[in-house]
Amino acid sequence: MTTATESARLPAVRNRLTTGQLPKRSTLYTVIGGFILAAALQGLIGFNWFGLLVFTGVFYLIAIYSLSLMKENRRKALDRLVSGLVCTAFILALAPLVSTLWTVVSKGLGILSWEFISTSGGAAHIDPDTLELVSSSGALQAIVGTLQITGLATLFSVPIGLLTAIYLVEYAHPTFWLRRTVNFLVDVMTGIPSIVAGLFAFSLFTLLLGPKAFSGLSAAVALSVLMIPTVVRSCEEMLRLVPADLREASYALGVTKYVTITRIVIPTAIAGIATGITLAIARVIGETAPIFMAASFTDSFNANPLSGPMQTLPVMAYTGYKFPGQDIDLSNNQAWGAALLLVLLVVVLNLMARIIAMIFAPKTSR
Amino acid sequence: MSKSVNVKDLDVYYGDFLAVHDVSIDIAPKSVTAFIGPSGCGKSTLLRTLNRMHEVIPGAHVKGQVLVDGDDLYGAGVDPVTVRRQIGMVFQRPNPFPTMSIKENVLAGVRLNNKRISRSAADDLVEKSLLAANLWNEVKDRLEKPGQGLSGGQQQRLCIARAIAVEPQVLLMDEPCSALDPISTLAVEDLINELKDSFTVVIVTHNMQQAARVSDKTAFFNIAGTGKPGKLIEYAETTTIFNNPMQKSTEDYVSGRFG
Repeated sequence: MTTATESARLPAVRNRLTTGQLPKRSTLYTVIGGFILAAALQGLIGFNWFGLLVFTGVFYLIAIYSLSLMKENRRKALDRLVSGLVCTAFILALAPLVSTLWTVVSKGLGILSWEFISTSGGAAHIDPDTLELVSSSGALQAIVGTLQITGLATLFSVPIGLLTAIYLVEYAHPTFWLRRTVNFLVDVMTGIPSIVAGLFAFSLFTLLLGPKAFSGLSAAVALSVLMIPTVVRSCEEMLRLVPADLREASYALGVTKYVTITRIVIPTAIAGIATGITLAIARVIGETAPIFMAASFTDSFNANPLSGPMQTLPVMAYTGYKFPGQDIDLSNNQAWGAALLLVLLVVVLNLMARIIAMIFAPKTSR
Repeated sequence: MSKSVNVKDLDVYYGDFLAVHDVSIDIAPKSVTAFIGPSGCGKSTLLRTLNRMHEVIPGAHVKGQVLVDGDDLYGAGVDPVTVRRQIGMVFQRPNPFPTMSIKENVLAGVRLNNKRISRSAADDLVEKSLLAANLWNEVKDRLEKPGQGLSGGQQQRLCIARAIAVEPQVLLMDEPCSALDPISTLAVEDLINELKDSFTVVIVTHNMQQAARVSDKTAFFNIAGTGKPGKLIEYAETTTIFNNPMQKSTEDYVSGRFG
């Protein structure tokens, strides 16, 4: 009985709804086919990796489109073609990123050591005991400088940005002139080239303190000019996402507007706000030009942001190449090391943003 | 502790647009009053003027008087915050605060108004409010869980518990059951019947059976056409409105013959 029903069901009765389709793995086989064809072509005209990838892509697109057109219909053929194009675009977009990361890691990894991140100085100097020229390598001054300058910039930008966003979302009437002005100015600020922000801070501090007024504080001011509009926009976005229902629920309980904002609206949006701020930090931490103008650069350790030139990682990467010390190879290596450290710092910041968002996210689990 | 509400010659505007025209209505303490009428006739708008919630929308304002036990809500120098502490509101869609647990949601009105409350008093208040909202038995073991983890009907009853925890004199309900299934609706309707003993309840509803089941008096609102203001057509005992209305349009509406 069982065997009878099974045998009745088992015979491969082809579902008539699935006829006229390419076999399941046809995409994979076509890619392999395209690859072989491209390799063969390269054998004739000479080999290089980039050409191999491009020819594989082109052959795949042609093959899958014509195969599908023959076996399937026009809609499916076009679907496969466009899917192929989208994947190609994705790989193309990914290529520079992977290549950059690979270059930075492979060139920077060599110099990365405990000594590199725990000592300062990069220039060769004369050892007072042996009177020999020794070159020490270290990025501590740049790490400290980066953290201090970005930290100060965050300290300036977050209160200003968040309060501006609160004003725009919660208080300003949509057609009120001040709101429109603020909106316009934030848009203008978003478009300020970073070098202009650096010039602004440099000239401001020169006017206030006289010539050569390089300081970490000046660089922090330049960075806040760049950071404030980003913070305003991301906080505004997040505050707008808080449903009006919640505000009304709070008002209906007789809660004041101020308490509604601080205890209901901001806690609901805090995950997004924290992510936005972290991403704004990640964006300015890699700025080179404004810091170079406002804080100059130095190889000596300076942990006082109020006076004297300060080094940061991006500036170190720049100067390591542009103004190398006596030991040119060492300077270049240091530049790569600084670049790698910067990438790591940004990765850590992004991870932190994820974790912060996870911790603060409203809990909806049952 | 429940108060009467007297609306006198009230016009409600959104900017220049007159949304509700010339409404006068007297609502007795410890009663349930239902507002019925087609969509857009201004019943929710009128409800929101009763605790000055409508002015949250920019440009909205009123002309006329709303007296709560003789005090004019729109008198000079009246703080809307004070008004809303006495006149609570439950909304169409359940809206528990997502960052708060069930317990914190019930206590929100007290805590956010910066009142000091001892731990035992807070526990008592939570239990009392949730019992009154018929929700205590379902959530007593998970008071620390997020309020948004509850089902829709439970969330709505949580919002009712939150509204009555601040002990308002009047409770306004804006289509509280329109997002709920029949069983949750029944639970909320039972609740309204119990709330009548201690609060003045005003409820907006699209469900005429619901108006007939829960209310003592019913007000029918209608609108002459798009862009025209809503008006109060008839206000009487619920049985009169549904069985023997004075106006033709009321009869058409409650019998389902409305165009």
